[in-house]
Amino acid sequence: MNLLRLTAMEALEMMGRGELSADELTGAFLDQIDRHDGDVAAYLYVNKTGAREAAAAAGGGDRPLNGIPTAIKDVLCTEGMLTTCGSRMLEGFVPVYTATCVSRLTEAGVVNLGKTNMDEFAMGSSTENSAFGPTRNPWDLDRVPGGSSGGSAAAVAAGEAMWALGSDTGGSIRQPASFCGVVGFKPTYGSVSRYGLVAFASSFDQVGPLTRSVGDAALMLQHLVGKDPRDTTSVAHPEQIVIPEDRDLSGLRIGVISELSGEGIDPGVREVFQKAVSTMADAGAQMETASIPHAEYCIPAYYILAPAEASANLARYDGVRFGLRAGGARDVIEMYEETRSLGFGDEVKRRIMLGTYALSSGYYDAYYGQAQKVRTLVVNDFDAAFREFDLLVSPTTPTTAFGLGERVDDPLTMYMSDICTVPANLAGLPAISIPVGLDGGMPVGMQIMGPAFSANRLLQAAHGAEAAVAFNRVSPLVEERD
Amino acid sequence: MDYEPVIGLEIHVELSTRSKMFCGCRVEFGGEPNTRTCPVCLAHPGALPVMNRQAIRYLGRIALALECSIPERSIFHRKNYFYPDLPKGYQISQYDQPFAVEGGLSVSVDGEMVTVGIERVHMEEDTAKNIHAGVSGRIAGSLYSMIDFNRSGTPLVEIVTKPHIHSPQAARSFLNRLKNTLQFLDVSDCNMEEGSLRCDANVSIRPVGDRELGVKTELKNMNSFRYIEKGLSQEIRRQVGLLESGERVVQQTVHFDVVTGEISPLRSKEEAQDYRYFPEPDLVPLVASADFVAGIREEMPELPADRARRYVSQHGLPDYDAQVLTSDRELSDFYEESVSLYGDAKTVSNWVMGELLAYLNHTGETAGECRVTPTALAELLDMVKGGDISANIGKEVFSEMCDTGESAAAIVARKGLTQISDTDELEALIRQVIEENPAQVEQYRAGKVKVIGFFVGQVMKQTGGRANPRVVNRLLKERLPE
Ligand SMILES: [Zn+2]
Repeated sequence: MNLLRLTAMEALEMMGRGELSADELTGAFLDQIDRHDGDVAAYLYVNKTGAREAAAAAGGGDRPLNGIPTAIKDVLCTEGMLTTCGSRMLEGFVPVYTATCVSRLTEAGVVNLGKTNMDEFAMGSSTENSAFGPTRNPWDLDRVPGGSSGGSAAAVAAGEAMWALGSDTGGSIRQPASFCGVVGFKPTYGSVSRYGLVAFASSFDQVGPLTRSVGDAALMLQHLVGKDPRDTTSVAHPEQIVIPEDRDLSGLRIGVISELSGEGIDPGVREVFQKAVSTMADAGAQMETASIPHAEYCIPAYYILAPAEASANLARYDGVRFGLRAGGARDVIEMYEETRSLGFGDEVKRRIMLGTYALSSGYYDAYYGQAQKVRTLVVNDFDAAFREFDLLVSPTTPTTAFGLGERVDDPLTMYMSDICTVPANLAGLPAISIPVGLDGGMPVGMQIMGPAFSANRLLQAAHGAEAAVAFNRVSPLVEERD
Repeated sequence: MDYEPVIGLEIHVELSTRSKMFCGCRVEFGGEPNTRTCPVCLAHPGALPVMNRQAIRYLGRIALALECSIPERSIFHRKNYFYPDLPKGYQISQYDQPFAVEGGLSVSVDGEMVTVGIERVHMEEDTAKNIHAGVSGRIAGSLYSMIDFNRSGTPLVEIVTKPHIHSPQAARSFLNRLKNTLQFLDVSDCNMEEGSLRCDANVSIRPVGDRELGVKTELKNMNSFRYIEKGLSQEIRRQVGLLESGERVVQQTVHFDVVTGEISPLRSKEEAQDYRYFPEPDLVPLVASADFVAGIREEMPELPADRARRYVSQHGLPDYDAQVLTSDRELSDFYEESVSLYGDAKTVSNWVMGELLAYLNHTGETAGECRVTPTALAELLDMVKGGDISANIGKEVFSEMCDTGESAAAIVARKGLTQISDTDELEALIRQVIEENPAQVEQYRAGKVKVIGFFVGQVMKQTGGRANPRVVNRLLKERLPE
């Protein structure tokens, strides 16, 4: 049997019945990494020995996620294990502590397969901004996997991990999930601790799962949420996360966001998306048109606020205490300049400059201040929409995965691939992307958004949609092991 | 033309909380460098600040003691600049929504009580400490610099006055009063040499009678109140000189050289600093509810003015004594403890204000540093009251106690200072003194009764001051011819 097709829930059941061992399971994924990661390049670090040892130790244990092979985005600190954020700046950096979300999963029994590639400091939509080379899309190796959690999405799609942790600041979980045909969930801001998540834009960043199924997303989320005393912006999730069982969509009022599903969306993507909407209507959901009037201002506002926060968050990479330090500087200012010139890639530099500019005296009100107002308007738009609808949907991305190198010289077009995902980050809302079909052989994702802390409602509906749409496809790299 | 100086002060106070502002590292002065650090105060990737509640309570005490109003909500901002002692590349501080505003502190200036307005009181964190290796110990010309992060993240309160101070002397009185208040609040060591209390001063001048403010300059980092007074005087003289010779004052930071007494401008580059303040997304707003403020009010230690009132009403001290004793926290504590051990408040006050204060002024020690403890003083006073030694001998013994740290009893025994009240021993001496001074005896007989003082003096001289003066007086009156 092809173990790489299993969901975590299925694998746990089989291990529970003694039909599968944790060793065997981890072995299958490590084999697949050996076989394909040379091409896919999902991982920056493969924890081969550690994973085998953890799997051996997991044998027969009764922890809830015992032995599940897990990939971790390299933006999350792992004590004693390389954490680079895809940047030269942190090449060889080994943290002295572990991120809360990683500890929670490890305590629940998962096996850490290694650290996955990403756009440098999570800035990008294609994983081409990694200082250590791009990751490739398992559905078509000439295409990007999306980003910034491209390594995690590709690992899950390529059968190189059963599931993975990602982080989402403007779509960095959902967009690569959509490009790679897997499920990606960004929780409500504050649901999951950010302690140990290397900060890009602190008021947007959220950690979440990339999985093969909605059920798995719920399962991992159960172990991720909760208040962490080390992150004062984290809160106790008001409801226990339940694993969705019921697949009924009837009675749900779902709004299709007109601003995010019409113009600007590729016709092929629109077609697959519309078909999924009809399928959900057939399954009993009440599908109607909804509006987020300020949607068009989300991208500009996001590309002011996120870089502004980033410009401060990335100031600590100065060559003084850890990471890269350029040699030969004559004084401390020169050391800063040389270190940061060498250590950061173009996109990171671009965003630091954008953010610094937006906060500068004389420009603050016109940029940062104005963008904050837009953020408030978007929050109000969603509040109004959720008075009418239980949930909102849109395509996850305007196109399917684009070709490697196609957009690297065109940052604005690259930024537009976040057009559908950024609004949920501005408003701090939960949003999931599920695969709903193929366009030209490449996966298309549907995004479902809910009110704050409505994870259960959202997962329930996504579970129903998943069943109704019955995508049931895996990448060729998994298929070939059948 | 006569000019009036206008002075405003900015005071930084390091709080003596157990742990740092945003992490669990201990707050202490000195120690092996970089031993009290963690990922948070070293600004490792992914680390997040967690607010120290005790620091906020201390901040509350300061705000209430300075009669400020405390808005229900204040927020933290990031103050961005690069310097090796600032690990995050920004300082977490407060900006346009500080913890407390609009207060005042009454100070006696030329015998008149004046209220100096307090603009704001806010919370921030201290930087690390740079140690420059090389000839001068200053950054210029040093070979390399080292950083000690033990101080990084120590809770720091900034107090900003209104420009209500009109002389260098008044500035010094204000600072003394403020320091004393802070010490009574138990919130800081207020040790200027160790940097737990630091002061910057803004100063401008204007023609007497003018309402408009002149151009101000800033005197930074002066490490004693005396130098602040001197520096301000010098800077005021310089500004008057400029205006009188038809030049103008330039807004800049100036340096006062305590050795030469000269004022020199610092590079004006520092003025161009743009801190790009923006709200700190890693911390939730600081909510000071009515209950919270009421709780602080309840735990407020007794302030100097309250203590002084109590000394008058309960201890029966003159107002003058009460003011002197409460001008210093340690002195006041010394007095109180001595009274609780000895009883008679006025006697204790006389000794503390007389002998102890003279000794402290002479050596520069504080009451807490003095080798004589309240217990030792009470023992000494008991010996005087019991007639073991005279009050004059007592003073001598006290001085010896200060120098050696021995107990009064030990000194009296070692030096044989016990008072002579024995009539037989004194009778012999008195007979001798009368015989040797016939001229004075004649004067006495002629009615010059005051001459008796001369005979007492002679007896004291013979006994090294140990004779009981009351007994000597009585015996002399009996023996001298009518
Ligand atoms: Zn610390």
